[in-house]
Amino acid sequence: MWALLVLIGAAAVSAHPQDLAFDGQKVFRVIPQNDEQVEIINSLASNMQVDFWQPDSVTLVMPKMQVDFRVEADKSFEVEDLLKESGVEYRVLIDNLQAALDAQFDSKVRTARHSYEKYNNWEMIAAWTADIAAQNPDLVSRSVIGETYEGRPMYLLKMGKSGPNKAAIFMDCGFHAREWISPAFCQWFVKEAVETYGKDTFMTTLLNSLDFYVLPVVNIDGYVYTWTNDRMWRKTRSKNAGSRCIGTDPNRNFNAGWCTLGASKKPCDSTYCGSAPESEKETKALADFIREHLSTIKAYLTIHSYSQLLLFPYSYAYKLPSNYDELNAIAHAASKQLASLYNTEYTYGPAATTIYPAAGSSDDWAYDQGIKYSFTFELRDTGRYGFILPESQIKPTCEETLLAVKYIANYVLEHLY
Amino acid sequence: DISDVGHKYHLELVLEDVLDKDSTVNCTAEVLYHLANKNIAPDVQFTIEGELKNTDEADNMFYNRIRSLEKELVAENIPDSHGNVSPEMEPIHLLAWVASGYVIWQNSTENTKFQLAQIKHVKQVKRSDEYLEFDYMILLHEMVSQEIIPWQMTVLWHPQHGVQVTQ
Repeated sequence: MWALLVLIGAAAVSAHPQDLAFDGQKVFRVIPQNDEQVEIINSLASNMQVDFWQPDSVTLVMPKMQVDFRVEADKSFEVEDLLKESGVEYRVLIDNLQAALDAQFDSKVRTARHSYEKYNNWEMIAAWTADIAAQNPDLVSRSVIGETYEGRPMYLLKMGKSGPNKAAIFMDCGFHAREWISPAFCQWFVKEAVETYGKDTFMTTLLNSLDFYVLPVVNIDGYVYTWTNDRMWRKTRSKNAGSRCIGTDPNRNFNAGWCTLGASKKPCDSTYCGSAPESEKETKALADFIREHLSTIKAYLTIHSYSQLLLFPYSYAYKLPSNYDELNAIAHAASKQLASLYNTEYTYGPAATTIYPAAGSSDDWAYDQGIKYSFTFELRDTGRYGFILPESQIKPTCEETLLAVKYIANYVLEHLY
Repeated sequence: DISDVGHKYHLELVLEDVLDKDSTVNCTAEVLYHLANKNIAPDVQFTIEGELKNTDEADNMFYNRIRSLEKELVAENIPDSHGNVSPEMEPIHLLAWVASGYVIWQNSTENTKFQLAQIKHVKQVKRSDEYLEFDYMILLHEMVSQEIIPWQMTVLWHPQHGVQVTQ
């Protein structure tokens, strides 16, 4: 067995992405509850080649222990059936070992590790999008919807069990570079989806019935800049003609009452609306994607910080959307859900009066495109730490926000149009 | 709306102890924003219904710790990029927060909403009297314009005599 591990180790280290030695092989994580279930694992190991990753050998398997093992591609279905039939608790740790290996080589050297409870830099997030898709091919696929000003690929994750004619919900994070808790939430959402699919009936239904498009960081260039140069940067990093000031406010750059109210025409200002609607490559990529998938996208969520608000249109004018009562009721209920976990109080309402008027915002634009359910979240806190929310608050913030997002998703599912 | 004078707001609020969320105190206030000269700070009258917690012990501990430092305190980026504040810096952070409250009050209008975003730099200035003096460079976040405004403030503090801010 040890020799086998060395062989695999050697193979893994020397494998080129083109080698398909491990293609289709699965790694299972099983937790046998009693001696009976341990026996099931024993007989499995005697009937076929099972490579134990932990513990080292089948003889060390005990009840309540986490048991990880690899099986050949052509045996994996048999194994999964057996586990299901005998009621043994399991999950697929690696769905395709080859893909996971390839993903590891694709990503640059990572000195720190990705963590859902820490802030991850862009390199870590980019690598994570590859890993999470490779590990969960039935639920997650990654695509590129465009390039940022500085040439970085904008990764989008499509989540959901594949099926015909599915409606979708679009969610983005990281519009404003300094709002670090926002991309943290998108990553958390994806993690929760893949980890609780098949275990949590609610999440399972959501992913079976709907697709979620998750854009973990919209303004990647800005986000990188907050890690390397200025933690308080907000805008994109595009050059402005005739000015030494950099960047456009991506959430003033959409074609929704563009640059009329609550936005600035001056490139040096934080709320600069840009030279034209969708002047920014990032906003254009996002808008193009939504336009192309308009027939399936039924809700639009955009995550920001801070202030603890749940907003809906309009912000480009002090006018109310036609389904104001409905949106207000959803926001009320979603806020209650959110508060149920840690008593975090959110204020909700139409954006112009609840926060401030701001023309050119993505949620107004999405709404006017026909996406009836369009919400902006402003996550924790209310100013004590503001943009620099401590990492210790990532988990509770994400947990409570997830409740609100799930509520909205469920509502949309029950009111498809 | 008070014609020719300005806008007056009557507020009922609850003060919550930042260090102890269960400790709250009711408060009423009246704020008058001047119409004529927008450069004057709004008038504020307030009444606290109850008592604020006694912080003598913590105050004295901090005071004595700083007084006994061999070299003047110097620090940067509080909180750091990830939101961390070391326990030793927490009082420095809180002091900045209080002092920035004064700066914010002096610079507020009906169209601004300021918050302390970060302490970029703080330097202790040795004094011959019993006050502690800190030179802060802070960043203020203005919500409506979304601008980050650097601000320099000098803060004097003494456990019994309270806070004084010079901009």
